[in-house]
Amino acid sequence: MRLRILKDLWIRHTFRILLLLTLSMVVFIGIGLFIKSLPLLKDQNLFTILSGSTWSPLKGQFGFLPFITGTVSVTLIALVIAAPLCLLSSIYLVEYASALLKKTVLPLINVLAAIPPVLYGVWGILFVVPLISNYIGPIFGSPNAGYSILSGGIVLAVMIFPIMISIMVEVLETIPPDLKAASLSLGATRWETIQKVILKKARPGIIAAIVLATSRAFGETIAVLMVCGNIPQIPKSLFDAGYPIPALIANNFGEMMSIPHYDAALMFAALLLLTIIFLFNLISRLILNKLEEKA
Amino acid sequence: MHTYTSLATKETQTVTQMQLPHIQIKDLNVHIEGKHILKNINLAIPNNSITSIIGPSGCGKTTLLKTLNRLMDDSKNVKINGSVLVNGEDIYAKDAEVTHIRKKMGLLSQRPFPLPMSIFENITYGPRIHGQRDKTVLKEIVETQLKNVGLWEEVKDRLHHSATTLSIGQQQRLCLARGLAVQPEIILGDESTSALDPISTQTIENLLIDLKSEYTIVLVTHILRQARRVSDYIIFVYNGEIIEFGKTEDILLNPQNEITKQYVKGFIS
Amino acid sequence: MSTIKSRLRREKIAKILMQLAGIGITGSLFLIIGIILFKGLPYLTWDMISQTPQGGFYIGKEGGILNAILGSFYLAGLSTILACLIGLPIAIYLNAYVDQTSTLARVSKLLFDILFGIPSIVYGAIAFSIMITLGIRASLLGGVITITLLTIPIVVRTLDELLKTIPLDLKNTTTSLGATRWQTAQILLKYIKPGLFTALLLAFGRAIGDVAGVLLTTGFSDNLPLYLDEPAATLPLAIFFQLSSPIPEVQGRAYASALILTFIILIIVICTHILASRQKKHRL
Repeated sequence: MRLRILKDLWIRHTFRILLLLTLSMVVFIGIGLFIKSLPLLKDQNLFTILSGSTWSPLKGQFGFLPFITGTVSVTLIALVIAAPLCLLSSIYLVEYASALLKKTVLPLINVLAAIPPVLYGVWGILFVVPLISNYIGPIFGSPNAGYSILSGGIVLAVMIFPIMISIMVEVLETIPPDLKAASLSLGATRWETIQKVILKKARPGIIAAIVLATSRAFGETIAVLMVCGNIPQIPKSLFDAGYPIPALIANNFGEMMSIPHYDAALMFAALLLLTIIFLFNLISRLILNKLEEKA
Repeated sequence: MHTYTSLATKETQTVTQMQLPHIQIKDLNVHIEGKHILKNINLAIPNNSITSIIGPSGCGKTTLLKTLNRLMDDSKNVKINGSVLVNGEDIYAKDAEVTHIRKKMGLLSQRPFPLPMSIFENITYGPRIHGQRDKTVLKEIVETQLKNVGLWEEVKDRLHHSATTLSIGQQQRLCLARGLAVQPEIILGDESTSALDPISTQTIENLLIDLKSEYTIVLVTHILRQARRVSDYIIFVYNGEIIEFGKTEDILLNPQNEITKQYVKGFIS
Repeated sequence: MSTIKSRLRREKIAKILMQLAGIGITGSLFLIIGIILFKGLPYLTWDMISQTPQGGFYIGKEGGILNAILGSFYLAGLSTILACLIGLPIAIYLNAYVDQTSTLARVSKLLFDILFGIPSIVYGAIAFSIMITLGIRASLLGGVITITLLTIPIVVRTLDELLKTIPLDLKNTTTSLGATRWQTAQILLKYIKPGLFTALLLAFGRAIGDVAGVLLTTGFSDNLPLYLDEPAATLPLAIFFQLSSPIPEVQGRAYASALILTFIILIIVICTHILASRQKKHRL
C-alpha cells in the first residue's frame, strides 16, 4: 500500500519535471535568441536595423527591410490566393456537399497537409516557376526567370490550404442548424443565408483560421526558399525575386561566421520570426479558445 | 384585368364554401438514415385555428412539423414520399420553389435564434431579401410587427442594438415578429416556449391565440396543459403514426384510442 | 417573381465558384503527386535504392540514394521514439494529474500550441548555435535532437486531444475507487493505445519530411549513416541539395528521392486514416 503511494509520488514528480522542462523551452528559445542577437542590438539601434534597406554584412550594414518585405509580400500573395479559395470550398463542404463527397475530400486535404515542404519546393520548381516565366510573365509583358515572390506565394498558398480548410470547416460546423433554419424559413435561399447569417456568425473563427495560417506561412522556409529567388532587394513587382527571413537564416547560417555581427544578425532574424509567429499564434488561439468555450 | 378579378372571386368562393383545409397531407412517409420515422400520414389541418401536435418524445412530432416547410430536405439522408398540399398546391412537387413555400410559413423554434444583427435588421431581414428596399416601408414594417408582438414599447429606443441584448422571452417574441414580417399564412411552432419562463410563455401563448384569426397555426408541444390552453385541434402522434386527430376537448376528455388514453392520463411520456 | 429567378441564379453562380475552388484545391494535390511521379518514376531503379552516390553527391553520376533512405529512417525513427518517451508522460500528466481548469493546464495548452507553431528553421538555428558553443559538429545526433524537440509538441497535442475524448466519468470513477493517480493513468494509457500509433505515425511523418531543422544540424554525407556523431544524409536533404545540380543524373537522384519520400508519406497518411476510422468504430 505504502509502496503504491510512493510510486505515485515519484511518477508525479518525474512527469511534472518533464512537462516544465518542455514548456520552459519556449522561454529558453526566446531568451537564447535575444542574448545571441545582443551584439548587433548593442551596436546599432533597433529602428535602423528594421528600416535599413541595405544588406551588406561585410560593410557592417544589416538592413532587414528587404527580408521583412520579402516575407510579408510572399505571405500576402499566399493569403490572397488561399483565403477565398479555402473559404469557398469550406462553405461548399459544410453546406452543400453530400456526406460521401465530404468523406472523400477531407482525407485528401490531410494528404496535402502531410506532404513535406521540400516536395512542395520540387513542385514549385518543376511547375510553378516555368508556368510563371513562360506563360504568366509574358502575359503581363514582364519577362522573368520565374523565381519570384509570385512563385513563392503560390507554393505557400497551396501549403496553407489544409490548415485553413480544416479550421474553417470546424468553425462552420459549429453554427447551430436552427440559426440556418431561422433564415431559411424566412424564405432566404441557402446562399443568402450563408452570406448574411452564417458568415457573419462565423467571422471570428474564419479570422482565426487566416491568422493561424499566416503564422504558419511566415515560418515556412524551404519550399519558399527554393522558388523565390533569394536576392536581398525590396521586390517592386510580383515577378521580382524576394528573400524571406527564414530563407536568410537557412542559406547563411554557419557560413562566414568570422564577419563581425553576422551571426548576431541571423539570430536576430530568428528572434524576429519567433516574435511575429508568437504573436499571431497567440491571437488566433485566443479567438479559437473563446469560440470553443461558447460552443 | 377582368379575368383576374373573376378568378379571384371564384377562388375565395370555393374556399369559403367548401372550407378547404389549409394544409393537407397525403400518404406521407419519411425515412431518415433508413429508419421509418413517419408512417402513412394523412391529415387535413384546418385554417384560422391552432392545431397542436402532441406525443412522447422521439415519436416524430418535430419531423412532421419540419416536413411542412421542407426544412427536412436540409438534413442529409432523408427520403420523403407523399405529398403536402398547401392551398391545394403540392409543396413537394418537382417544380415547387422552396423559398416561396418557406416564405408562406413562419417558424418559431425551440429556443429563440436571433440572427447575428440588430433588432431592426432582424425584422427587415425577410422583407429585404424579398426585394423591399424602401426605408420608410421597412421602418413601418418594424413598427407594426413589433407592436403586433407587444415588443415595441420595450425596444423602440434601442432598435439598432444587437438582438442578443434582449432577454430570452423578448428574443422569442422578436423571432415571431421577424416571421410575421414576411407575411406568412401559416405559423409553425416547435416547442416554442420550452426555453421560456412562465410569464414569457403566457405572453407567447396569448399572442398565438390573438394571431389565429389571421393565420393557421401548427404547434408541436410536449406540455399537455399548453395544448389544452391554446389549441382548437390536437393531433396525437405515437411511433411515427397518427393515432388520433380531433377537437381538443374530444382528445383530452374522451380519447377513443387506448394509447391516447394512457398518454393523456400521463402513463406514457 | 422575377427577383426569385435572379436570386436563384446568384446562388447557382456562387455554387459554381465554390465547386471550382474545391476542384482547384484538390487538383493541386494531384498535380503535386502527379509531377513527382512523372519525374521520379524513370529514375526509380534497383541501383538507385541499393547504392550510395558515387563520385560526390553533387557531381558524381553513378550510384543511388541508399544513404539518404537509411539516414531518413534512422533520424525519423530515433527522434520519434525519443519524442514519444518524453511526450507520452507529459500528455498523461496533463490529463490524469492536472486539474483541467487550473492555470497550469491552460498555460501548458497555449505554450504547446506555440511550440507547435515555431518553425523548424528556428529550432535548427538554436540547436546549431548550441552545437557550435559545445563544439559538436553537424551530425546525425544533432539532427535527432533537433527533430525530437520539433516533434514533442506534435506527440503531446495528438495524445492530449485523444485523452480529452475520454469521458470524465471514467477518470472520476477510477479515482473514487481508491486508485492512485498512476493507476488511473494506466487505465488512460490502455484506452489510448491505438491512438499512440497515430501519434507515432504523425510525428514520424513530420520528422521524415523536415529539411529546415536538419539543414544546419545534420550536414550531408555520401556514406551510409553508421555513427551518431557523423554527418548523415536524409531524403529531404538529398532532394534539396541534388535538385540544383546541373548534371541530369544527379537531378534524377533528387527526383527518385522525392518519389520515395512521397510513397513513405502516402503510406503514413493511409495508415493513420485506417487507424482513425477503426478507432471511431471502436468507440461506437
